[in-house]
Amino acid sequence: MTTQAEPIEAPLAGEPRGEPVRTSLLSTLGVDVRLVGMVVALAVLWIAFNFLSDGRFLTPRNLWNLSVQSAAVAVMTTGMVLIIVSRNIDLSIGSILGFTAMIVGLLQAEWIPDLLGLPLNAPGTWIVVVILGILVGAVIGGLQGFVIAFIGVPSFVVTLGGLLIWRGAAFALASGRTIAPLDPTYQLLGGGPQGSLGATLSWVVAGIAIVAFAIGLVLNRRRRRRYGFPVRPVWADVTIGIIGSLLVAVAVWIANAYPWPPNLAEEYAIENGIPIPPGGLIIPTGIAYPVLIAIGIAVLMTFIAKRRRFGRYVYSIGGNPEAAILAGINTRRTIMKTFILMGALSSIAAVIITARLNASTLALGTGAELQVIAAAVIGGTSLAGGIGTIAGGVLGAVIMQSLSTGMTLIGVDNAQQDMVAGVVLIVAVGFDSWLRRRRV
Amino acid sequence: MTATEPVKPATSGSRPPLVEMRNIRVSFGGVHAVDDVSVDLHAGEVVGLVGGNGAGKSTLIRALSGAHPPDEGEIYIDGEKVSISSPQDARNLGIETIYQTLALADNVDAAANLFLGRELTTRLGSLDDAAMESATREVMGRLNPKFKNFKVPVASLSGGQRQSVAIARAVHFNARILIMDEPTAALGPAETEQVRDLVSQLKAQGIGIFLISHDIHDVFDLADRISVMHTGDLVGTVDKDKVTKDEVLAMIIIGKPPEQVSEKEMAQIIH
Repeated sequence: MTTQAEPIEAPLAGEPRGEPVRTSLLSTLGVDVRLVGMVVALAVLWIAFNFLSDGRFLTPRNLWNLSVQSAAVAVMTTGMVLIIVSRNIDLSIGSILGFTAMIVGLLQAEWIPDLLGLPLNAPGTWIVVVILGILVGAVIGGLQGFVIAFIGVPSFVVTLGGLLIWRGAAFALASGRTIAPLDPTYQLLGGGPQGSLGATLSWVVAGIAIVAFAIGLVLNRRRRRRYGFPVRPVWADVTIGIIGSLLVAVAVWIANAYPWPPNLAEEYAIENGIPIPPGGLIIPTGIAYPVLIAIGIAVLMTFIAKRRRFGRYVYSIGGNPEAAILAGINTRRTIMKTFILMGALSSIAAVIITARLNASTLALGTGAELQVIAAAVIGGTSLAGGIGTIAGGVLGAVIMQSLSTGMTLIGVDNAQQDMVAGVVLIVAVGFDSWLRRRRV
Repeated sequence: MTATEPVKPATSGSRPPLVEMRNIRVSFGGVHAVDDVSVDLHAGEVVGLVGGNGAGKSTLIRALSGAHPPDEGEIYIDGEKVSISSPQDARNLGIETIYQTLALADNVDAAANLFLGRELTTRLGSLDDAAMESATREVMGRLNPKFKNFKVPVASLSGGQRQSVAIARAVHFNARILIMDEPTAALGPAETEQVRDLVSQLKAQGIGIFLISHDIHDVFDLADRISVMHTGDLVGTVDKDKVTKDEVLAMIIIGKPPEQVSEKEMAQIIH
């Protein structure tokens, strides 16, 4: 604490240089070193699995599936990061997921059809179901958050209780039945060939993302210029823009390189009267809806964390709760809001999973809390609070899923997979705290 | 010590004091941490608040800063009775506090700390980090021109730099009443000198300052009047020019006003 701070700012043209400034390429680019490290770790992991599986890992098919399987955990991790940053924990999210899965299942398969006399796939039902599901999750999160923030029961205890309560409630709702089938339109939210954007729309999304990214870079630069702040060299901004755009383009290209399964494409061709070419009809799948949802939520949550007062308060509370209170921040309300968000995100995950499965089953989400906490922690979120990023958490979710998918591909059984995941978790956090100790 | 001429405190009668705390009482589970204490502060005046550990200085001041509202007693600002039940209330009255612990969120940068709880936002309600950084650079340029680490979490700053962030926070929002709780406790000699200059500057601008310190020399150099506390009671308030350091020391240790201290007791202290 008393050591002189290491100057992390890039050297600035025209700024007096009092002390020698040590710079690296990464600090000039102004990117998060930890995040880059994780991307590198993920790349190493992917390449290693590709070798071990004789080239079956880095295929469009496998990567597309990986993206869909990561989506639900990634959605929940964005909320868990904020919870952990504010020095709390939520162990109930798996059970909230299970409970809201039952709610959305029953709503569309039984309650709405029975009450209004509508068929299962009545237009618009899915929207109502999704909104109500999210509301239920938010209310559950709000209840728990209220007890934690305003009554002062530790979050570990409240959400451990919640874990039992909502799992039990899920059983009570449908006496343990499996609710299936679900609304065909609703099912699209779970992904699959039809639940994807297709080639053209995927490229449109990529284009929008790239343009938004570029505009963001330019606006940020202009704003800093206007205030007379030091700005990154132009080449650094351009490099970041190009790397970002390339990543987006490659991701979409891979998603489009995964064609619909032949029999499905054939069915589609017959239905729509399209002649089937000799090599079979190739329909690019593109970005799956759940992946689009997860990306959208990650962007929104990053915005909330970095650009809104609420996010700033969450981080301040995590850094020094006493200081936050003395600064006049309503810490209780802020904490309660994080749990409301977490509940809502858990039910969005419930929607994705039930839609993908085309059923609401009793055990949905069992153990999800541990996966999500592990993803957040692997993604650089400190359990001591105050530190963690949404992007890191999402990367953590992808790393966890890559481990599981990769090990399945090379024939590691489930029990051993769990053991490896456990070791990776400990090693990742150990490495991270070693890095932190060295740096400060 | 400094070139600035101290502003004469307004004499009672002509204008009400800037701050008047009357019969303040704060209890923690039956123990009176502050028991029936009255102090006041005029514009452009520094009142030193001294006493040993557990004398109740910090508790008294936390009643004024809104961190811990008093159980009994009244607070007047400019002669008007006010109710301060939260740090927000205190800030709205122009009371800024620099806590001994500095009360910084260690994981965010200087600008985020400066504006903690009153962030500048754009028209759409998003944080205007550029505007906040600009204001921070401006105020830091005045207080500590060597400060350059605007983008790093304050945890990685030195003690003096952290102190300047905490002081900048109070200065930027144009405090009328400034509470400084042990402002030089964690500082080296050069930084201490900086803080002393700053106190004189602020005083010259007509700001009233409560200075809490256990360093009797600090207090004698900076304060106009000195209020001494002892085990929750106010021993007395004295004019700095009319007492010696030894007399104040006696008040702190024995808990009696100078005239009640016996020769023998005095001898023990000086010894």
